[in-house]
Amino acid sequence: MMSQTKTIDARGLSCPQPAMLARRAINELGKGTIEVLVDSVTARENISRLAQNCGWSVTVDYQPEGDCRIILVK
Amino acid sequence: MSLVSNFLMSRWGPIVTGTVIGILAPILVRLGNPGNMGICVVCFSRDIAGALGLHHNSAVQYIRPEIIGFVLGALTAALVFSEFKPRTGSAPLVRFLLGMFAVFGALVFLGCPWRAYLRLSGGDWNAILGILGLIAGISIGIAFLRMGFSLGRSRPAPRALGFVMPSVMIALLVLLLTAPQFGQDASGNVTGPIFFSETGPGSQQAPLIISLAAGLLIGLLAQRSRFCTVGAIRDVILLRDSHLLYGIAAFIVTAFITNLALGQFHHGFENQPVAHSNALWNFGGMLLAGLAFTLAGGCPGRQLFLCGEGDADAALFVTGMIVGAGFAHNFSVASSTAGPAAFGPLAVAVGLVICTVIGLTMRETRT
Repeated sequence: MMSQTKTIDARGLSCPQPAMLARRAINELGKGTIEVLVDSVTARENISRLAQNCGWSVTVDYQPEGDCRIILVK
Repeated sequence: MSLVSNFLMSRWGPIVTGTVIGILAPILVRLGNPGNMGICVVCFSRDIAGALGLHHNSAVQYIRPEIIGFVLGALTAALVFSEFKPRTGSAPLVRFLLGMFAVFGALVFLGCPWRAYLRLSGGDWNAILGILGLIAGISIGIAFLRMGFSLGRSRPAPRALGFVMPSVMIALLVLLLTAPQFGQDASGNVTGPIFFSETGPGSQQAPLIISLAAGLLIGLLAQRSRFCTVGAIRDVILLRDSHLLYGIAAFIVTAFITNLALGQFHHGFENQPVAHSNALWNFGGMLLAGLAFTLAGGCPGRQLFLCGEGDADAALFVTGMIVGAGFAHNFSVASSTAGPAAFGPLAVAVGLVICTVIGLTMRETRT
């Protein structure tokens, strides 16, 4: 079975919305791959912490314009 | 340098920040700031509003250096660690309104969340009602967030925009140092345009250089650790994330110990400094404040730290706080030690209605 992939664009959103979107995707998917685009270090930290607490592995891909692509896998 | 930064961004960051604030705030009281008000972002914004002549309560007028330090300290950290990202466009006018209503609520209670925790650590049990109101207000805000509330996305802005609020703070520092007096009242006496209290809480001041240094240090630490007195409660309820809550626990415990050590712990409900004991409106005031802070994304201190990162929307919230503090005194909304003022309860009711309308109607329009 192919694992599901979901992409979320959380750029420009205030706290706690990026983490809320990531949490919703984690709950919906259960396992698979989630890509979250963020433009603040705070959102990156919050999502990384949240995902790790839920047992997902976290990889951060830094984009040239200062944004981050956070890749969550379980 | 990056080792220290990484440490502050770890789970220890909020704890260290809370501990430092918990030590500094009671010391600032010892050095001259009003009782249980080593730091109060709302009270200090109100003092700044008075110093600028936006209200005429002569007991609460002073340009508080701590507020200036918060923004400039956060600016320094943001520049050093490449987190200075000027941005705007996330419903600035609504944020201005939220700043106003947050201040209305906080001035009915007589303190922002920072001071609610400090009042508790100093033995003022009225703060318990305020903190319960704060938690209730945050919970309502969370309900709106779950229903899809959003103030929309900000977008990158020219670098110059990010320096506007820090520049305003530098201008305030100049006004604090020079205190120009070239206005005249009806009798021809020299007065204003900058007003400083000669009696009352506004006249109670720690030495300027120490207040400024404390503000700068707190601004630096809080920008790195994302310390937030509202986010701490919100994240536990909404995300089951206690990262920031440990910082608040450290803040309260350390401030309690420091108050004990300095002989500043006096427990009870009556005769507490710059406080009243009306339980209903201690709760009600912070209910409104908690809701408004949650809809705006963070506590008043956090809004100042975001200003240092170049967030022009947070700057509108802060401007709303200062203007709102002026209105709060001019319209008899702000409480006194005698209790709620004539229009405090009405202002809280109106604020709750308007914040509810904002919570139910503001949605993101772009996906």
